[in-house]
Amino acid sequence: MSDMQITAEPGVPQVLTERTFDAPRGLVYRAFTEPDLLVQWLGPRKYTMTIDRYDLRAGGTWRYVHADDAGNAFGFHGVFHGDPSPDGMVQTFEFEGAPGHVSMDTVTFEEEVGRTIVRTNSVFQSVEARDAMVSSGMEYGMKEGYERLDDLLGKLIANR
Amino acid sequence: MTAVAVPERLDAVFGALADPTRRAILGRLTHGEATVAELAAPFSVSQPAISRHLKVLERAGLISRTRRATARLSHLRAEPLRDATVWLAAYREFWEESYERLDELLEALQEQEAGEPRGRSRR
Repeated sequence: MSDMQITAEPGVPQVLTERTFDAPRGLVYRAFTEPDLLVQWLGPRKYTMTIDRYDLRAGGTWRYVHADDAGNAFGFHGVFHGDPSPDGMVQTFEFEGAPGHVSMDTVTFEEEVGRTIVRTNSVFQSVEARDAMVSSGMEYGMKEGYERLDDLLGKLIANR
Repeated sequence: MTAVAVPERLDAVFGALADPTRRAILGRLTHGEATVAELAAPFSVSQPAISRHLKVLERAGLISRTRRATARLSHLRAEPLRDATVWLAAYREFWEESYERLDELLEALQEQEAGEPRGRSRR
């Protein structure tokens, strides 16, 4: 229900996000951890998400695939570390198109008067790996092409 | 997956964009090619200083320069800027669209929960 904040500082192999949802923490946690709910929201609408396995416990593994109508499929997998709970869940994340490039993602859920602040913290193996994964690993998620150059320059100049 | 060469170039691009004069120069070049004198006109800096900024922009691949008679003309090149936006824009779009879908799901789930007691009492 609010704009998502993204922080990706130069020189630090990390990406932080923060987003508030208009729902209690228990429900948001369910949406993040129950496979039949997760497939209903994770990823752009043009992809159908299929969960192969989702073993939500310390050491449990997960794998899902995003497939589009054109026959493109993108697989992801990882492992849960520590007992996942509404206080937080830690998991590794690997895009199958770039094996060996792994990030460690921590998600926390903080309830605030009936709303829930979801924070994610993704740590990459290096700044270069972060930049490559964030730009190329997510490129398939782009809705339509690129932002217009004029818009970008407008923003850059406004930030002078 | 195209990004292998992107991160190295991004360092140069972000470095070049970090300076307000260079951003203003790029802004001017969106309206078309320009000479060093034309680019220097709005600023209180010398033409050699503008030339130094142009070299940084050229190294980052943000502009190209050609010579016409005695004047050197600068042209904007869009490609590296596109990469620079894509770097975070793709990530942002992925999560923003996902989270919008999650908003809808959470709303539907809460309506369902609120509706359940009534549904049961009818039985």
